[in-house]
Amino acid sequence: MFDIRKMPIGATIGLILTAMFLFAAIFAPWIAPYGLGEIVGQVWEPSSSNFLLGTDNLGRDLLSRMIYGARTTIFIAVVATALSFILGSVLGFAAAVVGGWFDTLMSRFVDLMMAIPTLIFALVVLSVLPSNILTLILVMGLLDATRVYRLSRAVAVDINVMDFVEAAKLRGEGMFWIIFREILPNALSPLVSELGLRFIYAVLFLSALSFLGLGVQPPEADWGGMVKENKDGIVFGIPAALIPAAAIAALAISVNLVADWVLNRTSSLKGGRG
Amino acid sequence: MSSPIVKLIAQRIALGVLLLFAVSILIFVGTQILPGDVAQSILGQSATPQALENLRNSLGLNDPAYIRYLRWAGGVVTGDLGTALSSGQDIAGSIGGRLWNTLFLAFWAAVISVPLAIILGLLAVRYRNGPIDKLISGLALASTSLPEFFIGYLLVYFFAVKWQIFPGISTVYDGMPFLERLRAIALPATALTLVVLAHMMRMTRAAILNVMQSAYIETAELKGLRPFDIIRKHAFPNAIAPIVNVVMLNLAFLVVGVVVIEVIFVYPGMGQYLVDHVAKRDVPVVQAVGLIFAAVYISLNIIADIAAILANPRLRHPK
Amino acid sequence: MAKPEVKQKSDLLLDIRNLRLEAKVFPPGEPPRTITLVHDVSLTLQRGKVLGLIGESGAGKSTIGLSSMGYGRGGVKITGGEVIINGRDILKSGKSGIRKLRGREVCYVAQSAAASFNPAHRLMDQVVEASLLHGVATRAEAEKRAVALFKKLSLPNPETIGDRYPHQVSGGQLQRVMTAMALCSEPDLIVFDEPTTALDVTTQIDVLAAIKDAIRDTGVAALYITHDLAVVAQVSDEIMVLRHGRLVEWGGTRQIIKEPRQEYTNALVSVHEITHEEQKPGADPFLSVKNVTASYGGGKVKVLKNVSVDIYPGQTLAVVGESGSGKSTLARAITGLLPPEEGSITFSGRMLANRLADRPKEDLQQLQMIYQMADVAMNPRQTVGTIIGRPLEFYFGMKGRERDARVNELLDKIEMGKGFIDRYPAELSGGQKQRVCIARSLAAKPKLIICDEVTSALDPLVANGILKLLLELQKEEQVAYLFITHDLATVKSIADSIAVMYRGEVVRYGPKSQVLAPPFDAYTDLLLSSVPEMEIGWLEKAIKGRRMASAGN
Repeated sequence: MFDIRKMPIGATIGLILTAMFLFAAIFAPWIAPYGLGEIVGQVWEPSSSNFLLGTDNLGRDLLSRMIYGARTTIFIAVVATALSFILGSVLGFAAAVVGGWFDTLMSRFVDLMMAIPTLIFALVVLSVLPSNILTLILVMGLLDATRVYRLSRAVAVDINVMDFVEAAKLRGEGMFWIIFREILPNALSPLVSELGLRFIYAVLFLSALSFLGLGVQPPEADWGGMVKENKDGIVFGIPAALIPAAAIAALAISVNLVADWVLNRTSSLKGGRG
Repeated sequence: MSSPIVKLIAQRIALGVLLLFAVSILIFVGTQILPGDVAQSILGQSATPQALENLRNSLGLNDPAYIRYLRWAGGVVTGDLGTALSSGQDIAGSIGGRLWNTLFLAFWAAVISVPLAIILGLLAVRYRNGPIDKLISGLALASTSLPEFFIGYLLVYFFAVKWQIFPGISTVYDGMPFLERLRAIALPATALTLVVLAHMMRMTRAAILNVMQSAYIETAELKGLRPFDIIRKHAFPNAIAPIVNVVMLNLAFLVVGVVVIEVIFVYPGMGQYLVDHVAKRDVPVVQAVGLIFAAVYISLNIIADIAAILANPRLRHPK
Repeated sequence: MAKPEVKQKSDLLLDIRNLRLEAKVFPPGEPPRTITLVHDVSLTLQRGKVLGLIGESGAGKSTIGLSSMGYGRGGVKITGGEVIINGRDILKSGKSGIRKLRGREVCYVAQSAAASFNPAHRLMDQVVEASLLHGVATRAEAEKRAVALFKKLSLPNPETIGDRYPHQVSGGQLQRVMTAMALCSEPDLIVFDEPTTALDVTTQIDVLAAIKDAIRDTGVAALYITHDLAVVAQVSDEIMVLRHGRLVEWGGTRQIIKEPRQEYTNALVSVHEITHEEQKPGADPFLSVKNVTASYGGGKVKVLKNVSVDIYPGQTLAVVGESGSGKSTLARAITGLLPPEEGSITFSGRMLANRLADRPKEDLQQLQMIYQMADVAMNPRQTVGTIIGRPLEFYFGMKGRERDARVNELLDKIEMGKGFIDRYPAELSGGQKQRVCIARSLAAKPKLIICDEVTSALDPLVANGILKLLLELQKEEQVAYLFITHDLATVKSIADSIAVMYRGEVVRYGPKSQVLAPPFDAYTDLLLSSVPEMEIGWLEKAIKGRRMASAGN
């Protein structure tokens, strides 16, 4: 499946960039030239051999903060995505196969949750919850689970009415076989590409919250928070805030390119090899 | 106009009202999840139990939750949104001007982005798989990945700071001349447009392509119609509903996108008002503004569904 | 290869020379490549004559038909040859030249009229559109002509039917309106692309007769594309047999159906000739359906009314009927997917539970099912070995080598080699897929297999192979079939007894020889007389002899 030579150029670039971001996130303390909160220079120094990306609003090394920021951003986004996926897909599949009141109840509740724009809902809830990383992960994961639920339920419902599932039911197969052997293998590819999109969404959503001052709180820093810290420099022509913003865009585009490629490769129910 | 249609539309509106009601409960419950309460927020951690108790009594916080909900919902229905904890001001009064500002901004963004997106979407279909089409797909991919503040600050950096064409901070005030007001919102409106444009183009393209693949388009082609006439006479009447749907969906996007954009440009609208008061943990304001955003969002969805009902020939001309 | 005798040149309407059609395909995970759909086919058509193009799927017949309008569907490109209509090569006439031809000189009637009419416009506006566009007539003239055509095509309310929208008119009627639309601009040539294939058999005969009359009265020439030789024999003067995009045989209708010169044509002509000796019903049926009534939507739509049939060991009961007759619902009631509201089903002397969930494993094992669409009846992510092996594992606890040996045995039975055990369904042909489904049901060693339209989606020759296989397996395994079909020819070749269903009721039931012998009830008569026979002049005889108007629409 992952034959590098046959990959389109876009997907290759996406994969390499994604790998670099991941590498930075995992090995942050070893790569970063300076510490996270270490004040090492003047405020908003331009890029130099000492500070490759310059310094920030308090005179901290921007590159080091970017590397640590990658860690925070990616960690929260990954955990929130995992939460939303596990919750959303398990409930979505169950609703499709069990049907009846369980399906109706779950689906109506999800409709209700989705009637409020996600950002607005998150802001409402965050106005009363304590600001910490656990809260962020739970809020993001739960809100996003509604989208995953919709998709997994729709995919599973489509497969559930196909003749081969009916054949399995006529044979007398139990629920376990039907979900894991008949439906799941055929639902995997749309879900995998959705995973990429949900991750991007989590990164963007977290960044927006932090930018609004409601996400990761100082002295911890994620990329969105760093945009907020440095935004006042913009009016003086200091582009420090644009660097973390660009990093978010780069990460999101790379993952998008990879997800797009996975989707194109495995779309439709053809099955078989590959 | 026949009665089944009227019935369907009435049903859809009733469903929307019901949904709004359910949403108000959800918002109310969402702000009650914590053991701490408004009194605690007002007086802070160091308040004496006695002071807390007094304040709770005077705010009616000791009543059961459903009574507090009914009191709040009753107020909302009669136009009384309560008082802000942080400033003690009447919320409805503070919202008035800001709501208008937000709608002004969203309106101009929509006026630019909707026709542009539809025209570009049509072009992409007309020249599909050509360079324009590829460019649109690429832009759509990029725009779903770009954070709003990246677009916003890029605009500020170049248009306001480097070239100094437009102001980077969108100050508006009462009695501001119309043209100056437009100049003030030039950058936020552009940013909003860019946020929704590519997405709207891609969805318009998909909606029209879907119609263009119908067998009746082939029939029209085999009658010898020109490509433009095929789109005008045969594709367009069937594409209205999906396009309206796309537009409404993106307007809903736009309303939410406004929150971040307003903060970037320090624009005195609903979004900034909401964010400020979330930071201050001012629950009554958050509830009120959240409900208004949800109401706008739900209304746009209702309009999309009604347009789809009206455009469906099967419903307009029943058997 | 037969060529028709040379004809007078001035009468020549359509002359296709060495036509080559290609398309680019995009197989997943492979670079796109170009495949040739039609290899250098030539044909000529005189004014006012009808040429039938016949072949199985993939023969290129529709593609050739559309090339006479300079049109390639879904990326098909005309890459070689000439298409000469009224003396000029339309491939050289440019885009606007082709637009002037379409809807004026050549018109098209599609397989699915329901999808081919724009749902947003009234029928009349669509029928006269081409005439107005090409300036053939004024609106008033065109509408007058359209009404006359509606009358000729025996549409109900010809004066007002044009005011309706497509969804307000039934499928058979739409097909006739589409024919009127094609005739309205008085073209020289009409391309009929399987115009009756999607219709029920009793409706097909009406539409076919209407089309034939209209062609005769207007003197238009036609290319009539179909996979059904008996249908095309009724309307065409000449028939061209195509296979894999190449010409097989071309000749007069009588010659093709009576004296085919090519082996492939002969196979197509004689396809339905399976001889099957009827078995007399035994003493006791092992499965009895008694007075079963069932409905969808909690009693709202009654789809089965008081149905009783018996099935005897090792025999075939064919249930025949048109769409909406309830024949598939009967299968769902027997399998327990749609629990009956009233009545009972007894199996080997005991009552079967109504609901699937309440039935013991042994009952499920005894009762297997084969579906119409083999593609979706198999999990695309499982290999043939898993698909056939699962019932062995599930019912008999077979594992490992024992199971594989049995799977290979079954593959032998369905005339597929051992090499198939590791294949995925997507790697099989249509006929092979259906064979694997048969093997899967046999693996359970059932007493009864329900076959739901198992040959309807297959090309005639492949379907024939499947029917022969089913009959052989019945002899070897003593399995009974409940054979659901709309196709009476199939019924004749396979059934021991027959139940004719109409609107949820069994209207005629008994051994094959009795059901198919007169005197008939009105519906069975209609059904039997509507099945096209490979006889010239059958259509006129059938229409004259009818006692009842068509059942559907």
